[in-house]
Amino acid sequence: MADKSSSNAYWAANVRVILISLAIWFFCSFGLGIILRPALKGIHVGGADLGFWMAQNGSIYVFLVLIFAYAAKMNKLDKEYGVEE
Amino acid sequence: MDQFTLNLIVVGATFALYIGIAIWARAGSTAEFYAAGRGVNPIMNGMATGADWMSAASFISMAGIIALSGAGGYQQSAFLMGWTGGYVLLALLLAPYLRKFGKFTVPEFIGDRFYSGTARLVAVICLIVISVTYVIGQMRGVGVTFSRFLEVSTDMGLYIGAAIVFAYAVLGGMKGITYTQVAQYVVLIIAYTIPAIFISLQLTGSFLPQLGLIGGYAPQGGDVSMLAKLDQVVTELGFTAYTADSTNMFNMVLFTMSLMIGTAGLPHVIIRFFTVPKVADARSSAGWALVFIALLYTVAPAVGSMARLNLTTTFWPGAATGSALSAPALSLADIDGKPELSWINTWKATGLLDFADKNGDGMIQYFNEPAAVTAANKALADASKALADAAADADKAALEAAVTEATTARDAALAEAKLGDKSLAELGLVGNELTKVDNDIMVLANPEIAALPGWVVALVAAGGLAAALSTAAGLLLAISSAVSHDLIKGSINPNISEKGELLAARISMGFAIVVATYLGLNPPGFAAQVVALAFGLAAATIFPALMMGIFSKRINKQGAILGMLAGLVFTAVYIFLYLGWFFIPGTNVYANTAANHFFGISPLSIGTVGALVNFVVAYVVSSMTAEPPAEVQDLVESIRIPKGAGAAAHH
Repeated sequence: MADKSSSNAYWAANVRVILISLAIWFFCSFGLGIILRPALKGIHVGGADLGFWMAQNGSIYVFLVLIFAYAAKMNKLDKEYGVEE
Repeated sequence: MDQFTLNLIVVGATFALYIGIAIWARAGSTAEFYAAGRGVNPIMNGMATGADWMSAASFISMAGIIALSGAGGYQQSAFLMGWTGGYVLLALLLAPYLRKFGKFTVPEFIGDRFYSGTARLVAVICLIVISVTYVIGQMRGVGVTFSRFLEVSTDMGLYIGAAIVFAYAVLGGMKGITYTQVAQYVVLIIAYTIPAIFISLQLTGSFLPQLGLIGGYAPQGGDVSMLAKLDQVVTELGFTAYTADSTNMFNMVLFTMSLMIGTAGLPHVIIRFFTVPKVADARSSAGWALVFIALLYTVAPAVGSMARLNLTTTFWPGAATGSALSAPALSLADIDGKPELSWINTWKATGLLDFADKNGDGMIQYFNEPAAVTAANKALADASKALADAAADADKAALEAAVTEATTARDAALAEAKLGDKSLAELGLVGNELTKVDNDIMVLANPEIAALPGWVVALVAAGGLAAALSTAAGLLLAISSAVSHDLIKGSINPNISEKGELLAARISMGFAIVVATYLGLNPPGFAAQVVALAFGLAAATIFPALMMGIFSKRINKQGAILGMLAGLVFTAVYIFLYLGWFFIPGTNVYANTAANHFFGISPLSIGTVGALVNFVVAYVVSSMTAEPPAEVQDLVESIRIPKGAGAAAHH
């Protein structure tokens, strides 16, 4: 195992990435898809309003991007802190 | 070749494939039985997770739940976001660390992390309650799909399905299940998307259903969007607009959240991530799982909205290019005479669709019947029945007066109720004549409504069976590993040999299948509420326990045990208050209506609050009791770092 201080720094970096990702996760699904939908009726994605599209299709695409971005970022952090398998 | 023979050939071919895979992928060790030897490629694992996750409900029912919702299609978006968003939580918060921990079951992690056999036992109980309630629905799904397409009884269908699952799950364990699920995924996704592509081409001219959803409505030249057209047609017939706003935003947020954290806490989904070789693979495998799930979930809203539009324009031919009431409704003569409409009678025979020409005008008028009209019609029917049933010597005069009075009241209700700018009385209507449209028909009848060839219909049958069988197998594995690994090896007989444990695992699997089959044959009468219970409990018990176990070193065994129990009891009691104690009809304390819900929170959404209760109780109890021992804190340190995952697997 890597030494204690570097593994603590690795964990702190990981938690930071998680918090940023979860903020995007929440904003796109619960925010744009539900809470902000009535306020954003004027914005359209094709034949749907933004909130409707985010709730039925858009947020799923965001989820996909988030997971792969997180996986890539963590692979980089694993190497940077020397904790990769 | 007739449809029945085609169905038999296609379904038979897929079953032969599953059994062939099972024989090829027999499990030789417990590591293979529980975790497929940790040698599954992350993309393959993603596909298997997709099949594992997408149940009969996702495949057959979800599009219809969205399409036919009384509150409009948007309201049901909670299912779309909830059943996909949970994978973000899995990938970021649970999967990599549980893979690093490197054991076989969810209760095993909870037992080790909270250094307590009691914690492990509580987790086993939660796991079994969640998985058993869930598996009943799958067994029913297998039986129903068989009976619909292969002309056997529902019970017979269930026996056949159970025998197939028995063959490959007992033989192959996780290894057999994983590779079978890969094949099942391919079958189900092809079966789902082909009809969707054709219906999208017909209605929007777009090859991709995802673009069709936001595309223009082709039969009117594409200037009006498909969704605007759908809104126009359904509101004209008195239904809530398809894209109408949610009436209770707070509850929609809680429901979506409950489905998300419930998804991340379902044991049969979590154990899938124990099968990949490395921690990094666990992260990306969650992404691949979502890719394969998204292929169906982004198509489902298109299938739902387009099938609803198709259904409406079929019954109101005028709606195809103008307003619904601009032309007469579909006539009985057309239903019986036109070959392209033969599906209406085919599905009427299954009971999924029903109609009645109430006003005797030879046409079937489909619209949203106002509640006052429904009540008045029922009162009239009751009064007429009382008169007809009266004994010969009874006082007929009073009963005849009651019928006259009820008729007057009914006519007043019809004159009062409006459809567009005319009253129902002026339109000559007495009630909605398309009396039943089952949710499932939106997917099952889709190929026939779109006039697709017979082999597509057969493929949909195989797809529905693949979805139900793959989920049932995954759940049965989660149950059997909890019994053989957590109960037998974990507490009853820790010295059991490798060979003995493998045998125990196979016997528990066989036993689990027998129990599931029995419950599928004799469902406790709460099939519709199963989802609420399974997701609510997973959200309130397993997800918080796992997350705190990884992200906090301070949560101790007292906190974890009391937290899980508090989440379990709180969530179950709230659900029982509205749906009856242990779902026994008539024992509910409150009627399950929005007006009765505390703060407008429906029993479906309570899992989110249950999870909060779990977190708070665990935190408060832990801060009042001793901190976990040093070796447990070291364990938490070690699972947070990917390095050394291979070694941890051998224990």
